Amino acid sequence: MKDYSMFEILGPNMIGPSSSHTAGACRLGKVAYKIAEESIKEVTFLLHGSFGKTYKGHGTDKALLGGILGFDPDDERISSSFEIAKKEGITYSFIEKDLGEVHANTVKIIIKKKDGNTIDILGSSVGGGNIVVTEINGLELEFTGEYTTLIIAHIDKPGIIAKVSAILAEHNINIAFMRVYRHGKGQKAFMIIETDDHIKEEVIEDIKNAENVINGYLVSINN
Amino acid sequence: MNFTKGYELLKLCQQHNKKISRIMIEREQNIAGVNESEIVSKMKISLDIMKESVEKGLSEDIKSVSGLIGGDAKRVKERSENKESVCGLTMSKAISRAMAALEVNAAMGKIVAAPTAGSCGIIPGTFITMSEVFNFKDDTLIEGLMAASAIGMLISRNATVAGAEGGCQAETGAAAAMAAAGIVEMMGGSPEMSLHAASICIKNILGLVCDPIAGLVEAPCEKRNAIGAANALISAEMALAGVKSIIPFDEVVDTMYRVGKCMPAELRETALGGLAATPTGIRLQQQIFK
Repeated sequence: MKDYSMFEILGPNMIGPSSSHTAGACRLGKVAYKIAEESIKEVTFLLHGSFGKTYKGHGTDKALLGGILGFDPDDERISSSFEIAKKEGITYSFIEKDLGEVHANTVKIIIKKKDGNTIDILGSSVGGGNIVVTEINGLELEFTGEYTTLIIAHIDKPGIIAKVSAILAEHNINIAFMRVYRHGKGQKAFMIIETDDHIKEEVIEDIKNAENVINGYLVSINN
Repeated sequence: MNFTKGYELLKLCQQHNKKISRIMIEREQNIAGVNESEIVSKMKISLDIMKESVEKGLSEDIKSVSGLIGGDAKRVKERSENKESVCGLTMSKAISRAMAALEVNAAMGKIVAAPTAGSCGIIPGTFITMSEVFNFKDDTLIEGLMAASAIGMLISRNATVAGAEGGCQAETGAAAAMAAAGIVEMMGGSPEMSLHAASICIKNILGLVCDPIAGLVEAPCEKRNAIGAANALISAEMALAGVKSIIPFDEVVDTMYRVGKCMPAELRETALGGLAATPTGIRLQQQIFK
Protein backbone atom coordinates (compact mmCIF):
# COMPACT_ATOMS: atom_id res chain seq x y z
CA MET A 1 0.00 0.00 0.00
CA LYS A 2 1.16 3.41 -0.96
CA ASP A 3 2.29 6.10 1.50
CA TYR A 4 0.43 9.16 0.25
CA SER A 5 2.19 12.48 0.55
CA MET A 6 -0.04 15.25 1.94
CA PHE A 7 0.32 16.96 -1.43
CA GLU A 8 -1.22 13.99 -3.20
CA ILE A 9 -4.24 14.41 -0.91
CA LEU A 10 -4.37 18.20 -1.14
CA GLY A 11 -3.49 18.37 -4.81
CA PRO A 12 -2.67 18.37 -7.61
CA ASN A 13 -2.79 22.11 -8.11
CA MET A 14 -4.52 22.17 -11.46
CA ILE A 15 -6.72 23.84 -14.02
CA GLY A 16 -10.23 22.38 -13.77
CA PRO A 17 -12.59 20.77 -14.23
CA SER A 18 -11.40 17.17 -14.01
CA SER A 19 -8.16 15.56 -12.88
CA SER A 20 -8.52 12.73 -15.39
CA HIS A 21 -10.05 14.67 -18.30
CA THR A 22 -8.08 17.90 -17.89
CA ALA A 23 -4.91 17.51 -15.78
CA GLY A 24 -4.12 14.03 -17.14
CA ALA A 25 -4.86 15.14 -20.70
CA CYS A 26 -2.49 18.08 -20.35
CA ARG A 27 0.26 15.76 -19.06
CA LEU A 28 -0.19 13.46 -22.07
CA GLY A 29 0.14 16.45 -24.39
CA LYS A 30 3.24 17.60 -22.50
CA VAL A 31 4.91 14.19 -22.93
CA ALA A 32 4.28 14.44 -26.69
CA TYR A 33 5.69 18.00 -26.67
CA LYS A 34 8.88 16.77 -24.99
CA ILE A 35 9.32 13.86 -27.37
CA ALA A 36 8.71 16.10 -30.39
CA GLU A 37 11.42 18.42 -29.01
CA GLU A 38 9.12 21.39 -29.24
CA SER A 39 9.25 21.78 -33.03
CA ILE A 40 5.60 21.01 -33.74
CA LYS A 41 3.85 22.11 -36.92
CA GLU A 42 0.65 20.10 -36.90
CA VAL A 43 -1.06 17.88 -34.35
CA THR A 44 -4.00 15.50 -34.60
CA PHE A 45 -5.65 14.01 -31.53
CA LEU A 46 -7.57 10.76 -31.91
CA LEU A 47 -9.88 10.60 -28.90
CA HIS A 48 -11.10 7.26 -27.62
CA GLY A 49 -13.92 6.30 -25.23
CA SER A 50 -14.85 8.87 -22.62
CA PHE A 51 -12.24 11.25 -24.06
CA GLY A 52 -14.05 11.07 -27.41
CA LYS A 53 -17.54 11.40 -25.96
CA THR A 54 -17.02 14.20 -23.43
CA TYR A 55 -13.91 16.12 -24.44
CA LYS A 56 -15.73 19.36 -25.17
CA GLY A 57 -17.48 19.59 -21.80
CA HIS A 58 -14.32 18.76 -19.87
CA GLY A 59 -11.98 21.00 -21.83
CA THR A 60 -9.95 17.88 -22.66
CA ASP A 61 -9.22 19.42 -26.08
CA LYS A 62 -7.81 22.63 -24.61
CA ALA A 63 -5.78 20.68 -22.05
CA LEU A 64 -4.26 18.32 -24.65
CA LEU A 65 -3.33 21.24 -26.86
CA GLY A 66 -2.01 23.13 -23.82
CA GLY A 67 0.32 20.21 -23.16
CA ILE A 68 1.47 20.35 -26.78
CA LEU A 69 2.32 24.01 -26.14
CA GLY A 70 4.45 22.94 -23.18
CA PHE A 71 2.03 23.96 -20.43
CA ASP A 72 1.80 22.12 -17.10
CA PRO A 73 -1.62 21.13 -15.66
CA ASP A 74 -1.70 24.21 -13.41
CA ASP A 75 -0.99 26.73 -16.19
CA GLU A 76 -3.85 29.19 -16.59
CA ARG A 77 -3.03 29.63 -20.28
CA ILE A 78 -4.66 26.21 -20.89
CA SER A 79 -8.10 27.81 -21.23
CA SER A 80 -6.83 29.92 -24.16
CA SER A 81 -4.65 27.24 -25.75
CA PHE A 82 -6.59 27.35 -29.06
CA GLU A 83 -5.74 31.03 -29.55
CA ILE A 84 -2.13 30.54 -28.45
CA ALA A 85 -1.62 27.60 -30.83
CA LYS A 86 -2.98 29.67 -33.71
CA LYS A 87 -0.60 32.50 -32.84
CA GLU A 88 2.33 30.08 -32.81
CA GLY A 89 1.29 28.67 -36.18
CA ILE A 90 0.43 25.19 -34.87
CA THR A 91 -2.57 23.61 -36.60
CA TYR A 92 -4.64 21.09 -34.68
CA SER A 93 -7.64 18.80 -35.01
CA PHE A 94 -9.65 16.53 -32.73
CA ILE A 95 -11.22 13.33 -34.05
CA GLU A 96 -13.35 10.88 -32.09
CA LYS A 97 -12.05 7.38 -32.84
CA ASP A 98 -12.32 3.84 -31.47
CA LEU A 99 -8.73 2.85 -30.67
CA GLY A 100 -9.63 -0.72 -29.71
CA GLU A 101 -8.94 -2.48 -26.40
CA VAL A 102 -7.52 0.48 -24.48
CA HIS A 103 -8.37 2.44 -21.29
CA ALA A 104 -11.56 4.56 -21.51
CA ASN A 105 -9.57 7.81 -21.42
CA THR A 106 -7.08 7.24 -24.21
CA VAL A 107 -5.67 9.52 -26.88
CA LYS A 108 -3.41 8.98 -29.86
CA ILE A 109 -1.40 12.10 -30.56
CA ILE A 110 -0.02 12.39 -34.09
CA ILE A 111 2.53 15.13 -34.55
CA LYS A 112 3.97 16.50 -37.75
CA LYS A 113 7.22 18.28 -36.94
CA LYS A 114 8.63 21.31 -38.69
CA ASP A 115 11.38 19.13 -40.18
CA GLY A 116 8.75 16.89 -41.82
CA ASN A 117 9.11 13.96 -39.41
CA THR A 118 6.05 12.46 -37.74
CA ILE A 119 5.72 11.13 -34.23
CA ASP A 120 2.75 9.32 -32.76
CA ILE A 121 2.12 8.63 -29.12
CA LEU A 122 -0.58 6.57 -27.47
CA GLY A 123 -1.41 7.27 -23.84
CA SER A 124 -4.15 7.05 -21.23
CA SER A 125 -5.28 9.22 -18.34
CA VAL A 126 -5.83 6.69 -15.58
CA GLY A 127 -7.29 8.83 -12.78
CA GLY A 128 -6.25 11.59 -10.38
CA GLY A 129 -4.19 13.24 -13.11
CA ASN A 130 -1.97 10.19 -13.48
CA ILE A 131 -1.03 8.95 -16.96
CA VAL A 132 0.44 5.94 -18.74
CA VAL A 133 2.13 6.19 -22.13
CA THR A 134 1.82 2.86 -23.93
CA GLU A 135 3.13 3.40 -27.44
CA ILE A 136 5.60 5.62 -29.27
CA ASN A 137 5.81 5.38 -33.07
CA GLY A 138 4.04 2.04 -33.09
CA LEU A 139 6.34 0.50 -30.49
CA GLU A 140 4.57 -0.80 -27.40
CA LEU A 141 6.15 0.32 -24.14
CA GLU A 142 5.04 1.69 -20.79
CA PHE A 143 5.91 4.59 -18.52
CA THR A 144 3.99 6.95 -16.24
CA GLY A 145 6.20 10.04 -15.97
CA GLU A 146 5.79 9.85 -12.18
CA TYR A 147 9.57 9.59 -11.88
CA THR A 148 12.12 11.57 -13.84
CA THR A 149 11.94 9.55 -17.06
CA LEU A 150 14.62 9.33 -19.71
CA ILE A 151 13.55 7.94 -23.06
CA ILE A 152 16.39 6.95 -25.34
CA ALA A 153 15.83 5.99 -28.95
CA HIS A 154 18.70 3.80 -30.08
CA ILE A 155 19.77 0.92 -32.32
CA ASP A 156 19.54 -2.53 -30.74
CA LYS A 157 23.30 -3.28 -30.54
CA PRO A 158 25.41 -5.01 -27.86
CA GLY A 159 26.92 -2.72 -25.22
CA ILE A 160 24.49 0.16 -25.63
CA ILE A 161 22.84 -0.39 -22.24
CA ALA A 162 26.20 -0.56 -20.48
CA LYS A 163 27.26 2.66 -22.16
CA VAL A 164 24.13 4.57 -21.14
CA SER A 165 24.16 3.28 -17.56
CA ALA A 166 27.85 4.17 -17.28
CA ILE A 167 27.09 7.76 -18.25
CA LEU A 168 24.33 7.91 -15.61
CA ALA A 169 26.66 6.37 -13.00
CA GLU A 170 29.33 8.96 -13.83
CA HIS A 171 26.83 11.68 -12.95
CA ASN A 172 25.82 9.85 -9.78
CA ILE A 173 22.25 9.21 -11.01
CA ASN A 174 20.47 6.24 -9.51
CA ILE A 175 18.28 4.16 -11.82
CA ALA A 176 15.01 3.21 -10.12
CA PHE A 177 13.50 1.25 -13.04
CA MET A 178 14.71 0.42 -16.53
CA ARG A 179 13.13 -1.36 -19.49
CA VAL A 180 14.16 -1.91 -23.10
CA TYR A 181 11.82 -2.29 -26.10
CA ARG A 182 12.70 -2.96 -29.73
CA HIS A 183 11.06 -3.28 -33.11
CA GLY A 184 13.26 -6.32 -33.82
CA LYS A 185 16.81 -7.62 -33.39
CA GLY A 186 19.36 -5.03 -34.51
CA GLN A 187 16.59 -2.52 -35.30
CA LYS A 188 15.32 0.70 -33.74
CA ALA A 189 14.70 0.42 -30.01
CA PHE A 190 13.74 2.48 -26.95
CA MET A 191 15.18 2.48 -23.45
CA ILE A 192 12.94 3.81 -20.69
CA ILE A 193 14.93 4.77 -17.61
CA GLU A 194 13.22 6.08 -14.49
CA THR A 195 15.43 7.72 -11.90
CA ASP A 196 15.21 9.11 -8.38
CA ASP A 197 17.31 12.12 -9.25
CA HIS A 198 16.86 15.07 -11.55
CA ILE A 199 18.80 14.70 -14.81
CA LYS A 200 20.69 17.70 -16.19
CA GLU A 201 20.67 18.63 -19.87
CA GLU A 202 24.41 17.92 -20.17
CA VAL A 203 23.85 14.29 -19.16
CA ILE A 204 21.30 13.87 -21.94
CA GLU A 205 23.75 15.47 -24.37
CA ASP A 206 26.43 12.96 -23.33
CA ILE A 207 24.01 10.11 -23.94
CA LYS A 208 22.88 11.52 -27.29
CA ASN A 209 26.50 11.61 -28.41
CA ALA A 210 27.07 7.94 -27.60
CA GLU A 211 27.40 5.51 -30.51
CA ASN A 212 24.13 3.95 -31.72
CA VAL A 213 22.00 6.42 -29.76
CA ILE A 214 19.51 8.17 -32.04
CA ASN A 215 17.97 10.56 -29.53
CA GLY A 216 17.20 11.19 -25.88
CA TYR A 217 14.28 12.93 -24.19
CA LEU A 218 13.46 13.81 -20.60
CA VAL A 219 9.75 13.61 -19.85
CA SER A 220 9.24 14.09 -16.14
CA ILE A 221 5.71 15.38 -15.56
CA ASN A 222 6.46 16.95 -12.19
CA ASN A 223 8.60 19.80 -13.44
CA MET B 1 6.52 8.38 12.21
CA ASN B 2 3.69 6.84 10.21
CA PHE B 3 0.17 5.56 10.65
CA THR B 4 -2.45 3.87 8.51
CA LYS B 5 -5.52 3.98 10.78
CA GLY B 6 -7.27 6.68 12.75
CA TYR B 7 -6.63 4.96 16.08
CA GLU B 8 -2.89 4.83 15.29
CA LEU B 9 -2.91 8.55 14.55
CA LEU B 10 -4.61 9.25 17.88
CA LYS B 11 -2.10 7.06 19.70
CA LEU B 12 0.79 8.98 18.12
CA CYS B 13 -0.80 12.30 19.09
CA GLN B 14 -1.23 11.14 22.69
CA GLN B 15 2.22 9.52 23.02
CA HIS B 16 4.06 12.57 21.75
CA ASN B 17 1.55 15.13 23.00
CA LYS B 18 1.29 16.60 19.51
CA LYS B 19 -1.43 17.95 17.26
CA ILE B 20 -2.43 16.08 14.10
CA SER B 21 -0.70 18.69 11.92
CA ARG B 22 2.58 18.11 13.80
CA ILE B 23 2.38 14.35 13.26
CA MET B 24 1.65 14.96 9.56
CA ILE B 25 4.59 17.30 9.07
CA GLU B 26 6.98 14.82 10.68
CA ARG B 27 5.53 12.01 8.60
CA GLU B 28 5.93 14.06 5.42
CA GLN B 29 9.60 14.71 6.22
CA ASN B 30 10.10 10.94 6.50
CA ILE B 31 8.34 9.82 3.36
CA ALA B 32 9.31 12.69 1.04
CA GLY B 33 12.78 13.43 2.40
CA VAL B 34 12.21 17.18 2.53
CA ASN B 35 12.54 19.63 5.41
CA GLU B 36 9.82 21.40 7.34
CA SER B 37 10.22 24.82 5.74
CA GLU B 38 9.92 23.33 2.24
CA ILE B 39 6.72 21.55 3.25
CA VAL B 40 5.26 24.70 4.80
CA SER B 41 6.07 26.86 1.78
CA LYS B 42 4.60 24.28 -0.59
CA MET B 43 1.40 24.23 1.47
CA LYS B 44 1.36 28.04 1.41
CA ILE B 45 1.24 27.86 -2.41
CA SER B 46 -1.77 25.55 -2.19
CA LEU B 47 -3.44 27.89 0.31
CA ASP B 48 -2.85 30.87 -1.99
CA ILE B 49 -4.39 29.03 -4.96
CA MET B 50 -7.41 28.22 -2.79
CA LYS B 51 -7.80 31.88 -1.80
CA GLU B 52 -7.42 33.06 -5.41
CA SER B 53 -9.98 30.58 -6.70
CA VAL B 54 -12.56 31.75 -4.16
CA GLU B 55 -11.83 35.42 -4.88
CA LYS B 56 -12.12 34.85 -8.62
CA GLY B 57 -15.38 32.93 -8.29
CA LEU B 58 -16.97 35.71 -6.24
CA SER B 59 -15.73 38.67 -8.27
CA GLU B 60 -15.66 37.62 -11.93
CA ASP B 61 -18.48 36.51 -14.21
CA ILE B 62 -18.00 32.77 -14.31
CA LYS B 63 -19.49 30.48 -16.92
CA SER B 64 -18.64 26.78 -16.96
CA VAL B 65 -17.24 25.09 -20.08
CA SER B 66 -20.64 23.57 -20.92
CA GLY B 67 -22.59 26.63 -19.84
CA LEU B 68 -24.54 24.60 -17.28
CA ILE B 69 -23.40 26.54 -14.21
CA GLY B 70 -21.95 29.92 -13.26
CA GLY B 71 -22.97 32.91 -11.17
CA ASP B 72 -24.70 31.06 -8.33
CA ALA B 73 -21.87 31.65 -5.85
CA LYS B 74 -22.24 35.39 -6.42
CA ARG B 75 -26.02 35.15 -6.02
CA VAL B 76 -25.69 33.62 -2.55
CA LYS B 77 -23.04 36.14 -1.53
CA GLU B 78 -25.02 39.15 -2.73
CA ARG B 79 -28.22 38.10 -1.04
CA SER B 80 -26.50 37.52 2.29
CA GLU B 81 -24.98 41.00 2.07
CA ASN B 82 -28.25 42.73 1.24
CA LYS B 83 -30.84 40.72 3.09
CA GLU B 84 -30.90 38.87 6.35
CA SER B 85 -29.22 35.50 5.90
CA VAL B 86 -31.26 32.40 6.71
CA CYS B 87 -28.34 30.49 8.23
CA GLY B 88 -26.22 33.36 9.50
CA LEU B 89 -23.28 35.05 7.83
CA THR B 90 -20.64 32.46 8.70
CA MET B 91 -22.63 29.73 7.00
CA SER B 92 -23.68 31.76 3.98
CA LYS B 93 -20.10 32.90 3.41
CA ALA B 94 -18.77 29.35 3.68
CA ILE B 95 -21.26 27.99 1.19
CA SER B 96 -20.90 30.82 -1.33
CA ARG B 97 -17.10 30.44 -1.19
CA ALA B 98 -17.31 26.67 -1.65
CA MET B 99 -19.55 27.25 -4.68
CA ALA B 100 -17.16 29.90 -6.02
CA ALA B 101 -14.17 27.54 -6.11
CA LEU B 102 -16.23 24.83 -7.78
CA GLU B 103 -17.44 27.29 -10.43
CA VAL B 104 -13.87 28.35 -11.14
CA ASN B 105 -12.96 24.68 -11.55
CA ALA B 106 -15.83 24.17 -13.99
CA ALA B 107 -14.70 27.20 -15.98
CA MET B 108 -11.14 25.87 -16.42
CA GLY B 109 -9.69 28.06 -13.69
CA LYS B 110 -6.93 27.09 -11.28
CA ILE B 111 -7.83 25.12 -8.15
CA VAL B 112 -6.36 22.67 -5.67
CA ALA B 113 -7.94 19.22 -5.86
CA ALA B 114 -8.96 18.82 -2.21
CA PRO B 115 -9.05 15.87 -2.31
CA THR B 116 -10.56 15.88 -5.83
CA ALA B 117 -11.43 18.56 -8.38
CA GLY B 118 -15.13 17.78 -7.93
CA SER B 119 -14.92 18.52 -4.21
CA CYS B 120 -12.44 21.41 -4.48
CA GLY B 121 -14.72 24.02 -2.87
CA ILE B 122 -15.34 22.60 0.60
CA ILE B 123 -11.97 23.14 2.26
CA PRO B 124 -11.33 26.63 0.80
CA GLY B 125 -14.92 27.71 1.51
CA THR B 126 -14.85 26.74 5.17
CA PHE B 127 -11.20 27.57 5.93
CA ILE B 128 -11.25 31.07 4.45
CA THR B 129 -14.49 31.80 6.30
CA MET B 130 -13.00 30.53 9.59
CA SER B 131 -9.93 32.71 9.08
CA GLU B 132 -12.16 35.73 8.55
CA VAL B 133 -14.38 35.09 11.57
CA PHE B 134 -11.61 34.08 14.00
CA ASN B 135 -8.70 36.08 12.59
CA PHE B 136 -6.60 33.02 11.82
CA LYS B 137 -3.22 33.76 10.27
CA ASP B 138 -1.89 31.76 7.31
CA ASP B 139 0.26 29.64 9.68
CA THR B 140 -2.89 28.43 11.42
CA LEU B 141 -4.63 27.71 8.11
CA ILE B 142 -1.59 25.76 6.89
CA GLU B 143 -1.71 23.65 10.06
CA GLY B 144 -5.41 23.15 9.48
CA LEU B 145 -4.71 21.97 5.94
CA MET B 146 -2.15 19.49 7.23
CA ALA B 147 -4.59 18.12 9.77
CA ALA B 148 -7.20 17.88 7.01
CA SER B 149 -4.76 16.00 4.81
CA ALA B 150 -4.34 13.36 7.54
CA ILE B 151 -8.03 12.55 7.27
CA GLY B 152 -7.88 12.51 3.46
CA MET B 153 -4.87 10.21 3.61
CA LEU B 154 -6.68 7.78 5.93
CA ILE B 155 -9.76 7.74 3.68
CA SER B 156 -7.66 7.29 0.51
CA ARG B 157 -5.69 4.51 2.13
CA ASN B 158 -8.57 2.59 3.72
CA ALA B 159 -11.42 3.44 1.35
CA THR B 160 -11.50 5.83 -1.61
CA VAL B 161 -11.99 9.49 -2.48
CA ALA B 162 -13.02 8.77 -6.08
CA GLY B 163 -16.66 9.25 -7.09
CA ALA B 164 -16.22 6.53 -9.70
CA GLU B 165 -15.45 4.07 -6.91
CA GLY B 166 -17.44 5.27 -3.93
CA GLY B 167 -19.99 7.81 -5.14
CA CYS B 168 -20.28 11.41 -3.96
CA GLN B 169 -20.12 10.30 -0.32
CA ALA B 170 -16.48 9.45 -1.06
CA GLU B 171 -15.67 12.77 -2.76
CA THR B 172 -17.57 15.57 -1.06
CA GLY B 173 -17.85 13.34 2.00
CA ALA B 174 -14.08 13.05 2.28
CA ALA B 175 -13.63 16.78 1.64
CA ALA B 176 -16.15 17.67 4.36
CA ALA B 177 -14.55 15.24 6.83
CA MET B 178 -11.13 16.71 6.08
CA ALA B 179 -12.43 20.26 6.51
CA ALA B 180 -14.22 19.43 9.77
CA ALA B 181 -11.13 17.83 11.31
CA GLY B 182 -8.98 20.79 10.24
CA ILE B 183 -11.44 23.31 11.65
CA VAL B 184 -11.53 21.49 15.00
CA GLU B 185 -7.74 21.63 15.24
CA MET B 186 -7.63 25.32 14.28
CA MET B 187 -10.26 26.04 16.94
CA GLY B 188 -8.11 24.36 19.58
CA GLY B 189 -9.99 21.07 19.77
CA SER B 190 -8.22 17.79 20.55
CA PRO B 191 -7.09 15.25 17.93
CA GLU B 192 -9.83 12.98 19.23
CA MET B 193 -12.41 15.71 18.57
CA SER B 194 -11.05 16.12 15.03
CA LEU B 195 -11.69 12.45 14.33
CA HIS B 196 -15.17 12.65 15.82
CA ALA B 197 -15.91 15.62 13.56
CA ALA B 198 -14.68 13.71 10.50
CA SER B 199 -16.73 10.65 11.46
CA ILE B 200 -19.89 12.71 11.95
CA CYS B 201 -19.41 14.31 8.53
CA ILE B 202 -19.15 11.01 6.69
CA LYS B 203 -22.08 9.53 8.58
CA ASN B 204 -24.22 12.52 7.61
CA ILE B 205 -23.94 11.85 3.88
CA LEU B 206 -23.42 8.09 3.83
CA GLY B 207 -24.86 6.69 0.62
CA LEU B 208 -24.75 9.90 -1.42
CA VAL B 209 -24.56 8.96 -5.10
CA CYS B 210 -22.39 10.50 -7.84
CA ASP B 211 -24.73 11.35 -10.74
CA PRO B 212 -23.27 14.33 -12.63
CA ILE B 213 -25.40 15.74 -15.43
CA ALA B 214 -23.75 14.97 -18.77
CA GLY B 215 -20.88 13.44 -16.79
CA LEU B 216 -19.47 16.89 -16.11
CA VAL B 217 -18.06 18.20 -12.82
CA GLU B 218 -20.74 20.91 -12.63
CA ALA B 219 -24.23 19.93 -11.47
CA PRO B 220 -25.19 18.79 -8.89
CA CYS B 221 -21.52 19.02 -7.81
CA GLU B 222 -21.65 22.74 -7.05
CA LYS B 223 -24.56 22.46 -4.63
CA ARG B 224 -23.05 19.38 -3.04
CA ASN B 225 -19.94 21.41 -2.34
CA ALA B 226 -22.17 23.93 -0.56
CA ILE B 227 -23.79 21.14 1.47
CA GLY B 228 -20.33 19.71 2.17
CA ALA B 229 -19.17 23.03 3.59
CA ALA B 230 -22.26 23.20 5.81
CA ASN B 231 -21.74 19.60 6.87
CA ALA B 232 -18.14 20.38 7.88
CA LEU B 233 -19.17 23.36 10.00
CA ILE B 234 -22.05 21.52 11.66
CA SER B 235 -19.88 18.51 12.45
CA ALA B 236 -17.04 20.66 13.82
CA GLU B 237 -19.52 22.54 16.00
CA MET B 238 -20.80 19.28 17.47
CA ALA B 239 -17.35 17.77 18.02
CA LEU B 240 -15.99 20.92 19.67
CA ALA B 241 -18.94 20.80 22.09
CA GLY B 242 -17.89 17.29 23.08
CA VAL B 243 -20.38 15.38 20.94
CA LYS B 244 -18.89 12.03 20.02
CA SER B 245 -19.41 9.75 17.07
CA ILE B 246 -20.73 6.53 18.57
CA ILE B 247 -19.11 4.56 15.73
CA PRO B 248 -15.32 5.14 15.69
CA PHE B 249 -13.65 6.84 12.72
CA ASP B 250 -11.98 3.74 11.25
CA GLU B 251 -15.27 1.84 11.25
CA VAL B 252 -17.07 4.78 9.67
CA VAL B 253 -14.48 4.88 6.86
CA ASP B 254 -14.85 1.13 6.32
CA THR B 255 -18.62 1.58 6.22
CA MET B 256 -18.37 4.33 3.62
CA TYR B 257 -16.23 2.05 1.47
CA ARG B 258 -18.63 -0.89 1.85
CA VAL B 259 -21.62 1.32 1.00
CA GLY B 260 -19.76 2.63 -2.06
CA LYS B 261 -19.12 -0.90 -3.27
CA CYS B 262 -22.83 -1.68 -2.92
CA MET B 263 -23.72 1.18 -5.28
CA PRO B 264 -24.52 0.14 -8.82
CA ALA B 265 -22.18 1.50 -11.50
CA GLU B 266 -25.00 3.78 -12.71
CA LEU B 267 -24.59 5.81 -9.51
CA ARG B 268 -20.81 6.09 -9.56
CA GLU B 269 -19.89 8.95 -11.90
CA THR B 270 -20.98 7.22 -15.11
CA ALA B 271 -23.84 9.68 -15.73
CA LEU B 272 -26.12 6.70 -16.38
CA GLY B 273 -28.27 7.02 -13.25
CA GLY B 274 -29.63 9.44 -10.68
CA LEU B 275 -30.12 13.05 -11.80
CA ALA B 276 -28.11 12.44 -14.97
CA ALA B 277 -30.72 9.92 -16.14
CA THR B 278 -33.75 12.22 -15.67
CA PRO B 279 -35.50 13.54 -18.82
CA THR B 280 -33.98 16.97 -18.17
CA GLY B 281 -30.55 15.51 -17.46
CA ILE B 282 -30.61 13.55 -20.71
CA ARG B 283 -31.84 16.55 -22.69
CA LEU B 284 -29.03 18.72 -21.30
CA GLN B 285 -26.47 16.04 -22.12
CA GLN B 286 -27.70 15.92 -25.72
CA GLN B 287 -27.56 19.72 -25.99
CA ILE B 288 -24.01 19.92 -24.61
CA PHE B 289 -22.55 17.13 -26.75
CA LYS B 290 -24.52 17.71 -29.95
